[in-house]
Amino acid sequence: MTKSKHSLRANTIPAITTVGPITLWLLFLVAIPLVYVLVMSFCSIDEFYNVSYHFTLDNYKRLFDTNYLQIYAQSLFIAFFTTVICILLGYPFAYFIARAVSKRKAILYMLVIVPFWTNSLIRIYGWRSFLGTNGWLNTILMKLNLINTPVEFLYNRGTILLGMVYCLFPFMVIPLYTAIEKLDQNLIEASNDLGARGIYTFSHVILPLTISGVFAGSIMVFIPCLGFFFVSDILGGGNSDVIGNLIERQFQSGNNWPLGAALSIILILMTLLLVRIYQKLGGDMESLGV
Amino acid sequence: MKDEIIVKVNQVNKIYGMNHVVKDLNLSVKQGEFLTLLGSSGCGKTTTLRMIAGFEEATSGSILVEGEPVENKEPFERNVNTVFQSYALFPHMTIFDNIAYGLKVKKFKKSEIKEKVSQMLSLVQLEGFEKRYPRQLSGGQKQRVAIARALINNPKVLLLDEPLGALDLKLRKQMQLELKELQSRLGITFLYVTHDQEEALTMSDRIGIMHDGILEQLATPREIYEKPATRFIATFIGETNIFDGRIETVEGDFAKVLLENGSVIGKGEGFVKDELISVSIRPEKLKYSMEPVEGFELNGYVKSYIYVGSVIKAIIVLPNGYEIKLERLASELLPEIGSRVFPYWEVADSVLIHSFDQTFYRAVEDIQYG
Repeated sequence: MTKSKHSLRANTIPAITTVGPITLWLLFLVAIPLVYVLVMSFCSIDEFYNVSYHFTLDNYKRLFDTNYLQIYAQSLFIAFFTTVICILLGYPFAYFIARAVSKRKAILYMLVIVPFWTNSLIRIYGWRSFLGTNGWLNTILMKLNLINTPVEFLYNRGTILLGMVYCLFPFMVIPLYTAIEKLDQNLIEASNDLGARGIYTFSHVILPLTISGVFAGSIMVFIPCLGFFFVSDILGGGNSDVIGNLIERQFQSGNNWPLGAALSIILILMTLLLVRIYQKLGGDMESLGV
Repeated sequence: MKDEIIVKVNQVNKIYGMNHVVKDLNLSVKQGEFLTLLGSSGCGKTTTLRMIAGFEEATSGSILVEGEPVENKEPFERNVNTVFQSYALFPHMTIFDNIAYGLKVKKFKKSEIKEKVSQMLSLVQLEGFEKRYPRQLSGGQKQRVAIARALINNPKVLLLDEPLGALDLKLRKQMQLELKELQSRLGITFLYVTHDQEEALTMSDRIGIMHDGILEQLATPREIYEKPATRFIATFIGETNIFDGRIETVEGDFAKVLLENGSVIGKGEGFVKDELISVSIRPEKLKYSMEPVEGFELNGYVKSYIYVGSVIKAIIVLPNGYEIKLERLASELLPEIGSRVFPYWEVADSVLIHSFDQTFYRAVEDIQYG
């Protein structure tokens, strides 16, 4: 008896000290807030916009409002094109880094990673001051006499795409780089040796073997893109909202927390659905850093 | 037909930065032969193969396949195929698709592809493996698929880069025989690269030995073993005893060689008085006597015996401390350890090697290329 008691304690203390902090962390910072959001999404508000704990499905009914539906569509549209542009730019770039000689490889990789470490809000403000009516670009173009009056670069879908691509590009490059780096150079040589030219080799060997990187990168770009409200706020001037903007507005100016919570739940469900599709396509969770 | 040259390598050099990897290489591969390039790692053998395949460009010189220069041809335009050391099978394709790859690229008809693939599968004894993936195969099976995938293109020359390197010893020996058998049955020229001398001796019609980027000798396995052209080859292939010395007198093919420990008689061609040379004598050809032997002023004492199954190796120490090896049948009665013996050999069994020409050549090269 005493022996088993002793061994129980011997196992419990290390278990609590090692797994304990992480469990508490996940409980208080992930699980409880998520449950809170879920509960909140079924709450109603009184005439003073205070949350009252009365069960209602109204918040979810409002989500099917045509204005909202339009913004979901617009958000998906922006996310889709951001992803496509990131693939088209990121693939050659990642390929180039992965195949560069090791000394240059480190430098090129840092060029992607360093901006990634910098706060994206600051970087997006940087773009605004660069593209603005009195921004650097307009000033330079006017100094060069290429234009007479400042051009409005900001506040359209193009600039939002630019901002999104700019912010999310590293998320595409990193998984692509990892996938391409792993590709055995001998396979490319074998394909050439068997008579295949570059394009055939790319479509039949290189791309199929690195498609996992494309999937992983797409998920990592597409999902945040739905929520990056500050990009459309700063560069879009409020006329090209993504789902993130709707949520942010309900919690801030709208002061309708239950509606914001319902929108959040929808965003979470969309994310889970996309990850499920990704898994169905054969993507592995490790490439997402999960 | 047999002596037709299919690949000709003409004065080829390959330089990477400060590294002169292949030096003035001349090599003629005959139609239908099994030629092996043998050498330790970094000797330039794989680079040579890769230049023929088209993966590397020669710094200077030319390479001809069937009399046509291939310098300006991409790998996919050359009528040679490669079997890679790591197999390089496409992991996302079935065995069928792997083998069919070359034909699909060339847009063969589906029915024809199917027929040829099944021919290849039976050739390498892998019938029924069509639908498997490379990861489901053992090392030896993967190797067979790699060979089938290359052979289906009907190459003029099959280039094999240490194809058995990753297999265990037993399987390697079995595959050596299979490969040799396959080659003689198909009559396709094999250009094989290995660092394993036994492998080279087992399979090859001819062996080219490379050392420091230089092709030191190109000959039949027997010739290489019995008449090594350089001191390096004598020591690289099998075991041997080397005596460095100077020629004192020459009488026809025989020469009296002055060594530090005395003098011996050796056999060879084109030697002149006072030339610095090496005498190589294989342990199994080295003999001993309890009395001095005419023409051999060598003596030493038996230091130890090493029993290696069918034979016993005796280590004999010469007065200057140099140890030589001698092989006797284990059943023989042998002198006691510490006995004084007089080593000698049948003159015809020894090989005289010009000692310093290769070394000199290398020194000149080093000056030329820094």
